Amino acid sequence: MSAEEGVIMTVQEEIIRVKEVSFYYDSIPALEDINLSVVRGDFLAIIGPNGSGKTTLLKLMVGLLKPASGQIFLFGQEIENFRDWHRIGYIQQKAINFDPHFPISVEEVISSSLNSNPKIRNKFKSNQKQRIMDSLATVGLEKLIDRPINTLSGGQQQRVLIARALVTEPEILLLDEPTTGVDLKAQEEFYDLLGRLNKEYHLTIVLVTHDFGIVNRHVNKVACLNQKLVYHGQHEEFCSSSVVQEFLKGGHHLVSHRH
Amino acid sequence: MTELLASGIFWRALVAGLFLALACGLLGVFLVLRKEAMIGHGLSHVAFSGLALGFLLNFMPLAVSLAVCLLGAILILEIREHGSLYGDTALGIISSAGLALGILLVSMKRGFGVELMSFLFGDILAISPGEVWFSAVLALVVVILLRINYHALIFMTFDRETALVSGVRVKQLDRMMVLLTAMTVVLGLKLVGILLVSALLVIPASAALQVAPNFKKTLLSSTLFSFISIISGIFLSYWLDTPAAAMIVFVSLVLFAGALTGKKKKMSF
Repeated sequence: MSAEEGVIMTVQEEIIRVKEVSFYYDSIPALEDINLSVVRGDFLAIIGPNGSGKTTLLKLMVGLLKPASGQIFLFGQEIENFRDWHRIGYIQQKAINFDPHFPISVEEVISSSLNSNPKIRNKFKSNQKQRIMDSLATVGLEKLIDRPINTLSGGQQQRVLIARALVTEPEILLLDEPTTGVDLKAQEEFYDLLGRLNKEYHLTIVLVTHDFGIVNRHVNKVACLNQKLVYHGQHEEFCSSSVVQEFLKGGHHLVSHRH
Repeated sequence: MTELLASGIFWRALVAGLFLALACGLLGVFLVLRKEAMIGHGLSHVAFSGLALGFLLNFMPLAVSLAVCLLGAILILEIREHGSLYGDTALGIISSAGLALGILLVSMKRGFGVELMSFLFGDILAISPGEVWFSAVLALVVVILLRINYHALIFMTFDRETALVSGVRVKQLDRMMVLLTAMTVVLGLKLVGILLVSALLVIPASAALQVAPNFKKTLLSSTLFSFISIISGIFLSYWLDTPAAAMIVFVSLVLFAGALTGKKKKMSF
């Protein structure tokens, strides 16, 4: 069986299932009765106004928060019992990610993840340097392996974090507004890279963003949140639905805007 | 000079000092980057009450101090976790409690005098062979645990949230760091004293952070700065007939000032 056939056979495999999930900050509802699934090969954009629960939903999906009610399944397993975290790559908001004085090289950023726990270390113990080089080559930064990360541009730093996520060969990447504070050109390059990872490497991607315009051409599914799931479905249907009109009132953009 | 080098006291001081430098140099980098620079200072106050208790009971003051300091560290962690307090409030509370308890215990017995003073201000040249072994064991425990958890500690210090998602046992490692700090504080009590032990956890690491381009070199530089501080401090105190602990801290301050000045000229190893 060729790799391509393998991909076709598993294309509908459910990677994340969010079932009737609600979440409260103290007693204030952040998410109510969310049902959503991510299948292999999806490039899902989670969009919605500020305070709509986008980041909360992403944090629930990676186990950083626990739902007040409902269940979350990763690769068919309840999240409480899920242990194969190397299958999941998580990239949080850039703005809160870096201590600009932290003394760490690009290689150390990636190797610290690759050796962070015995399970991952044993799985990827052979040819670590080559693995790190390969993941950097995928994001086009192999020449910067020895550079301190705080000497890179914002866009390059985010690509290093993608390389860090890729080095454990994940099947899904979850990103939370990864380009906050990054200039528009670097943002476009970043999302082109995500599009390539989705199409060429068949990596499933879930992206929280407030600027739908810039990722519009890469995604195939959209989930529109406003505490409740307002829309969840194919990208094409979303663009032609009445939800869009309501959504645009919230100041979101369907077409990328250049300044 | 020959007299100094021929003396067993000097070599004991040097060996114990090097173990202390190793533990402080390595641990200090993590503490400073975790924004916990003051934890050593707070725990040294707790260690004081342990020493006072040991002297009062007339039973192995350093060992009692270690036990009390570890207990204080656990209390800080518990209050942090369950107390809904801001920042380093838990540290402030336990540190004050330790000092108050120490003062109370000291007042209960007359004649602590010289011995307790040697722990307040440090007396590196009065260190016994048993205390050298004690410091060796403590330092090795610190170094081995840091080595085993090296990558996980870097990962969680750099990007805590992603480390959590990757399955790093962040809370357990948080606990380990506080306990290792407690051990290192006790390790430094006889060498540099309660009042100055936290300096070695903060200043060499801060100097290293000014000049080193990556994590490994930061650890190496911090340890090197600690070594230089302790060795030079011992020699200076001998020549100038001044307290060793103060000279050790002064040397580390000079190194820090040098690193700060030369910040632009990054080290090329």
